[in-house]
Amino acid sequence: MRTVIGYLKQYVGRMSLGFVIKTLGTLAELMLPYILSHILENVIGKEISEVIFWGGLMILFSGVACVFNVIANRMAAKVSRNFAESMRKDLFIKTLRLSAAQTDKFTIPSLESRITTDTYNVHGFINMMQRLGVRAPIMLLGGIAITLFMDFNLSLVMIAMLPLIFVTVYFISKKGVPLYTKVQRSVDNMVRVVREDAQGIRVIKALSKTDYEHRRYETVNRALIKDETRAGVIMGTVNPIMTVLMNMGSIAVIALGANLISGGSSSPETVIAFMQYFTLISMAMMSVTRMFVMYTKCAASARRIAEVLNSPEDITVKTKEEYPNKKTDAHIVFDNVSFSYNGKKNNLENISFEIPRGGSLGIIGATGSGKSTVIKLLLRFYDADKGGIYINGENIKTLEKAEFYAMFGSALQHDFLYADTIEENIKFGRDISFDDVKRATDIAQASDFIEGFADGYSHVLSPHGTNISGGQKQRVLISRAIAARPEILILDDSSSALDYKTDAALRKALNENMSGTTVVTVAQRVSSVKDCGLIIVLDEGRIIGIGDHEHLLENCEEYREISESQMGGAFVD
Amino acid sequence: MTKPEKKKMDRKTAKSIFLRLCRYVLGYWYLFLPAVVLTLFSNQLSLLGPKYSGEAIDALAAVGGVDFESVWYNVGKMLICYAVSAVMSYLLAVLMIHISQKIVFTMRKQLFEKLTSLPVGYFDTHPTGDIISHISYDIDTINSTLSHDLVQIMTSIYTVLGSLVFMWNISKPLIAVFAITVPAAIIFTRYRSKRVRPLFSKRSKKLGELNGYAEEMLSGCRSIQAYAREDTIGGRFNLRNKDSMDAYYKADYYGAAMGPSVNFINNLSISLVMILGGILYLYSQNGIVKEGTLFFITLGGVAQFVQYSRKFAGPINEFANILSELQSAFSAAERVFKILDEEPESADIPNALVLDDVEGEVEFENVVFGYTPQKTILKDISFVAEPGKTIAIVGPTGAGKTTIINLLMRFYDVTNGSTSVDGVDIRKITRKSLRQAYTMVLQDTWLFCGTIYENIAYGREGATPDEVKAAAKAARIDSYIESLPDGYDTVLTDDGINISKGQRQLITIARAMISNSHMLILDEATSNVDSRTEIKIQEAMTELMKGRTCFIIAHRLSTIQNADKILVIQDGRITESGTHDELLQKGGFYSTLYNSQFS
Repeated sequence: MRTVIGYLKQYVGRMSLGFVIKTLGTLAELMLPYILSHILENVIGKEISEVIFWGGLMILFSGVACVFNVIANRMAAKVSRNFAESMRKDLFIKTLRLSAAQTDKFTIPSLESRITTDTYNVHGFINMMQRLGVRAPIMLLGGIAITLFMDFNLSLVMIAMLPLIFVTVYFISKKGVPLYTKVQRSVDNMVRVVREDAQGIRVIKALSKTDYEHRRYETVNRALIKDETRAGVIMGTVNPIMTVLMNMGSIAVIALGANLISGGSSSPETVIAFMQYFTLISMAMMSVTRMFVMYTKCAASARRIAEVLNSPEDITVKTKEEYPNKKTDAHIVFDNVSFSYNGKKNNLENISFEIPRGGSLGIIGATGSGKSTVIKLLLRFYDADKGGIYINGENIKTLEKAEFYAMFGSALQHDFLYADTIEENIKFGRDISFDDVKRATDIAQASDFIEGFADGYSHVLSPHGTNISGGQKQRVLISRAIAARPEILILDDSSSALDYKTDAALRKALNENMSGTTVVTVAQRVSSVKDCGLIIVLDEGRIIGIGDHEHLLENCEEYREISESQMGGAFVD
Repeated sequence: MTKPEKKKMDRKTAKSIFLRLCRYVLGYWYLFLPAVVLTLFSNQLSLLGPKYSGEAIDALAAVGGVDFESVWYNVGKMLICYAVSAVMSYLLAVLMIHISQKIVFTMRKQLFEKLTSLPVGYFDTHPTGDIISHISYDIDTINSTLSHDLVQIMTSIYTVLGSLVFMWNISKPLIAVFAITVPAAIIFTRYRSKRVRPLFSKRSKKLGELNGYAEEMLSGCRSIQAYAREDTIGGRFNLRNKDSMDAYYKADYYGAAMGPSVNFINNLSISLVMILGGILYLYSQNGIVKEGTLFFITLGGVAQFVQYSRKFAGPINEFANILSELQSAFSAAERVFKILDEEPESADIPNALVLDDVEGEVEFENVVFGYTPQKTILKDISFVAEPGKTIAIVGPTGAGKTTIINLLMRFYDVTNGSTSVDGVDIRKITRKSLRQAYTMVLQDTWLFCGTIYENIAYGREGATPDEVKAAAKAARIDSYIESLPDGYDTVLTDDGINISKGQRQLITIARAMISNSHMLILDEATSNVDSRTEIKIQEAMTELMKGRTCFIIAHRLSTIQNADKILVIQDGRITESGTHDELLQKGGFYSTLYNSQFS
């Protein structure tokens, strides 16, 4: 909650002004029962003109209360609007900046619901808090103050009720927060099943597994209902307990009042006025309870948001002292790099190689051999556990992010397209001219199919690019990678869906047009890497062969095996 | 459509949505009925409270000192009333939570089951984020309306009527005040809500857009990092964020006036009651108005009347809030019902055949098909697949290869012509048995969040651990799985990011291995497995394919070469068909393709 409240700091001025206005409005409202009791005690039964005068005053104060409250509410709406906007913005950007390891830990769906539902919850609460949060306590305190003034003994009854009420609210809401956290987690689970099934509907139908999925869904649905019910039943006790406590208080006032009146130290009129305040105070109390219930829900959400906002940046820029430069002419150097995802088994072990500027590296190997991991380390999605990675002799840990990523153009394995025009998908928010886009698509062999669309480059893709084929997607992604003329081009398994002819044409065009660029290619096909200056063959995270195509054919049995088995290879798109 | 007509329609749909929601509630009448009874009693009791307190106060002010007997008597009554009312209102809250949770459970279940019964095309045209927001946000909205607002509405109605009766009994002339203020409140609320309503629906629309954008961009967060586009994408997100917040604020801005204004009208009525009551009391005291006549009122009477008028006004105050919540619940329900009313896959015909003991002869006869009537994908496709033979389907992208698979599995029905298995039109066979007759491995690997074991065993109900292990072995993924710390119990996390694409594919192949069906469909299934592994898989696949009819959309020449029949599909038609050698001799499209790889 503290992190979230930090966002409110910048609005302190505006909020205080709002509070003042709200307070004035509330005080005006508090005057109503005061006048009312004045009429009942002193005015009623005397002059008609006096009754009308005081009654008119009541109407005046009602009007003032109304106007001030509206102004204050609108100010509150503005503050909470700005608050939610800036918090959600930071949350989103922070989410984008999370390291791969952190994203894996949070999971994407959960991050998503933090940006949407949780932020929404907190927004609602902040809005409500500014309205009720001022009104209710002032009603409460002001009411008590006035009653103290009216009759000290009677108001002691009311004051005696307060600790009881606060203790109840405290304990219930303390129980409530973990319950709502649990509800949120169950929601995540339920959403996950829906997401999975929406994506895998073909497989589910093909295997006639709908009954199985219904049962799977029923489990998460039931668990969610159980958690929701438990939270609801606990929070449901708040209102009746409050009501009963307040009503007991009013009964005590009458009982005590009876004694005081008969003792001559109070009057029936005072008791009547007192009852008015009692109603007012208990209504304020109800608002406070409602805020507590909302707070309970909001605190669970706020914590989930803070978790993301406060997660430390685990990929930070280091100093040159800590990670000194390396004297080398090579463009990219992997120096004895080891890495493990889970800290147990190494996924890469002692990887070393050098690529000259403008050179090319091919990485080939069995599934799970660590090919993509090399790329993830080079792009610093993860930091190597051991050894160093150098670009132009500088350790990549010492490079500023913007400057570092500006060197790359990459088409990755789990890469994505989004709902926008093809041109924008290639530009990807960068300042790239249309000519460069066109040039990129020419090289990537994508111009033909793009120009085949009636609206060409303005053709709008559906979310995740589902309205174009796998091979077309890959070509758009390669266009994106080369459009900004990067220093280093990374192609991670990014032409697997292309037919041989197109793949060959693509390689040829890359060679001809990107001569100054260092290219790193990860592939399953020998034909995709055989022209690379350097090829490494990976097996279970180790390099088992390194050299050019001819060298490997002679000296690396695995490479030869792969090469021979692929005679023919992939055939058509 | 003209405007009044549209309004009429809206009212009609609102009514039908309301009735439909009622049906859910009435389904639990055995819980709902006690809830109604509890509402009535607990409200009646809490209404009696002020009456007794008024009587007690009158006893305090009794002529000749406090009438203690009457005070204690009334205090006792109040005590009982309030205590019992609190217990009842707690029971009521619990009851309503149970009812609403039962309904929500059913709704989610129905919605989910409906979704799984829809044609696969639905999921191609509706973003996952949208579907999720229906099953979570929309149903949540309905939930809170059911669990809170329903009781609130019942309570309000009862309190308003009850208070009115009590006020009527105390003083009829004073009620005249409400003849002015209540219509004022109603007119004001209606006028306001008419203005505010479109703002609220805009607000939910903008929020939906924002959520959709967040979902899409988060799925690409690695790429965004690789291009250091965080700020650009963040900026675009914030445009939508601003938009959505503006819509929120606008709705709030007008909504913010509602509460205080209605409050003002209430305070106005109390002030008027006070003035009028004061005058009447004055005359009553002076003896101008005689006791027992219409205009007579006591001091306790005035106090009671004010208390009841607060009770009376409260619900009217709340009514404005409830109305807007009801509106959003209705529009949420409308969206949920819209899915529930979607056309599911057509039902099996009566007495549909259960396909067992499949020979595996598949025939397409003059099949014509298009996903939409405007665009025909398949134009007159005919072929026969003999039992146990392998059919390779080749052709350029968009020629209709995947569509043939969709028709084989009856994800869609043919527009014209027919498809049959063992000579029986597949429309006469139950879908379940038809689909069970096939095993399918798709290009897009799909695994769910669960253990590797569960994901493989998914292929066939009742698969034993030994069978799972055997299948994994056959798919050459066994040793990899064993090398994981948790082995077969390794949980695949969301989107399976912790294992590579190739490994995912091997697991789906293992899943396919375990199902013992008679026909096989492979859609580019091997394109992501490296060649060394593929050789091994090929052996296993060959084993699996033995005696089964296979349809393969393949890229790899080795697969195609060994096929018994190759169908070349171009532009929705079969342009060539035959064995590898036959097609090479023919010198058509196929031989051009084949020769191009050597050039």
